[in-house]
Amino acid sequence: MTVSELLRVEHLTMEFGGLVAIEDLSFSAAQGEITAIIGPNGAGKTTVFNCLTGFYKPTVGRLTFSVLGRDPVYLERMEGFRIARAGVARTFQNIRLFPAMSVLENLIVAQHNELMRASLFSVAGLLGLSRYRDAESGAVKFASQWLERIGLLPDADRQAGELPYGDQRRLEIARAMCSKPTLLCLDEPAAGLNRNESAALNKLLRNICDTYGIGILLIEHDMSVVMNISDHIVVLDYGKKISDGSPVSVRHDPRVIRAYLGEEAECDPGAVEPGLSC
Amino acid sequence: MANQSSLGLEKLRASAVLKEAGLASLVALVLALPLIGFRTVGGGDGLSFEFRWEALVVSVVIVFLGRSLVTAMHGVWRLNRFSLPGFQRFGSVIERRQVLLILGIIVLALLFPLMPEVDRRAVDLATLVLIYVMLGWGLNIVVGLAGLLDLGYVAFYAVGAYTFALLGTVYDWSFWGCLPIAGAVAAMFGILLGYPVLRLRGDYLAIVTLGFGEIIRVVLTNWVALSGGPNGIAGIPRPTLFGLEFTRRTREGHSFHEYFDLPFSGDHRIIFLYYVILILALITNIFVLRIRKLPIGRAWEALREDEIACRSLGINPVNTKLSAFALGAMFGGFAGAFFASRNGFISPESFTFIESAIVLSIVVLGGMGSQIGVVLAAAAIVLLPEALREFSEYRMLVFGLAMVLVMVWRPRGLLAHRRPTLMLNPSRPIAPK
Repeated sequence: MTVSELLRVEHLTMEFGGLVAIEDLSFSAAQGEITAIIGPNGAGKTTVFNCLTGFYKPTVGRLTFSVLGRDPVYLERMEGFRIARAGVARTFQNIRLFPAMSVLENLIVAQHNELMRASLFSVAGLLGLSRYRDAESGAVKFASQWLERIGLLPDADRQAGELPYGDQRRLEIARAMCSKPTLLCLDEPAAGLNRNESAALNKLLRNICDTYGIGILLIEHDMSVVMNISDHIVVLDYGKKISDGSPVSVRHDPRVIRAYLGEEAECDPGAVEPGLSC
Repeated sequence: MANQSSLGLEKLRASAVLKEAGLASLVALVLALPLIGFRTVGGGDGLSFEFRWEALVVSVVIVFLGRSLVTAMHGVWRLNRFSLPGFQRFGSVIERRQVLLILGIIVLALLFPLMPEVDRRAVDLATLVLIYVMLGWGLNIVVGLAGLLDLGYVAFYAVGAYTFALLGTVYDWSFWGCLPIAGAVAAMFGILLGYPVLRLRGDYLAIVTLGFGEIIRVVLTNWVALSGGPNGIAGIPRPTLFGLEFTRRTREGHSFHEYFDLPFSGDHRIIFLYYVILILALITNIFVLRIRKLPIGRAWEALREDEIACRSLGINPVNTKLSAFALGAMFGGFAGAFFASRNGFISPESFTFIESAIVLSIVVLGGMGSQIGVVLAAAAIVLLPEALREFSEYRMLVFGLAMVLVMVWRPRGLLAHRRPTLMLNPSRPIAPK
């Protein structure tokens, strides 16, 4: 199987004043694979995301994003919205929908750049040219396909803010997908979901990854999600990478067990249900 | 049984009310003693005190009665403060019959000057209302849609007015030729002023825009060579109807009454001005309604909701905000040019902070983002002081009271319901679960 590298992080270091949040982190994520970043609280996982998506400028490091057939771009030099345009979409730990707008509108806003071009920067739209109307109905169609997929089609015209929590999580993923990314970064997508919802999420993510062949980068605490669907896991502790590899190898890595359970703990990795107590 | 308990409740409430009112009147007594109770009288041998016991007693009694009334009502109000039945129904009726209502208002507005009992003053007043409606609609782009609290909107109004006043008096350009220029110059200023403040949000943005509004006014007051300083600019050309002037005699060409063979009347110009601003305002409205449904309009609203999420979806926040600033300013500029042309004279006096505050309160009172709300609020804010002309000393008091009442009953504005710009099933009502 040939996997092409989508994102390569090299020597990423992020300092806030004297505090080193990430120290010399290198890893890569491949197209068509789910890469999970795990680690105890405060390990710097979300900071990695914020560096990748342009919310922070890394102190040191190179973030190369290379889509097949296009020139590689260096994310550390780009503004956040340009990174998104280059094909990196993300969701947030604390959901960030547009709460007063309808569910459908949330997905249409995600297709902003395409529609903006179709509307010739609003001129064609103001004149009501068919060029824009076609593009808009195309966008609505695309959005409704996603709504159907996440089971929110009947709620399309409701306010996004009044949806139940689990639906909001899925809507945020759908919104990120509506921007047609090549790399989808999900910050704790299973947080606050119950067992069923989290199983449905697993299916959805696996499905996205296989259908669209895009790469998914995932921060997650829920080990059932991480172990079941990831192809590749990167473990962080205090801003440093302590393990990197397949779920099986990470699960048995003594450093990972130490990071999660502490130095003293006597824990036979084979005997413990992965992720539940370790 | 039930009767008895409710009576008990009644009694309990009465004693609480009396206690509350007693406390309030005690405070009033303490405050009123030095403020109202004494008065200095100039006599033969210097100042002496005079005690005004009657005034003191009257003020304390007023506070006592007022406070008991408010406390007694409070229990009733609290139950349905947010669902005051009349208001709620009012809002939903307007929502449902929107198209009919808009058509009705437009027809009424078109026929208004032709109605028999409408005199010159009424048409003039309606023109003033429409100027504020237009300003409100323009500011609605910035505040209501993009969520950028702009306290210096009057700056763009002033820029538009002075652009036309200068072009009109110095180069003799006509109103219609200058109108787009005034809008463009105002939009340019919108971008110029908007650029440095883009990183600011909320209160900080409000303060900086307030400062910009004042800067423009101060520059206009002091740059005498350009703007005539506090003396302003007079003799600004009036708008013409395809070259027909509204004067008794013209230097060249025809005037309106000659062309149509009517007896000369000053009312023609007033009525014409009314129609000009009506058309300008309607254009503004159509523009705002349309652009709200375009990607840029949705991006404004998305930016208002969550800027970080916008950036993560590839929306350029700088350009999006600047376009909101520029378009809002452009309509301010149009309205300014019209204002200059209508008055024939402008000075920095007309562009003080209070104008920004009035336009902002129109937008907020009407319900942010609501177009009809702006009309209602503009009418209320302009007409209320007119209606209260006899009690002119209490005008601001009543004005403030009205604002407080709206904020208590409709904290999100008179008409704050937001309709999605795009619907999958437009026919089906959205049932909140």
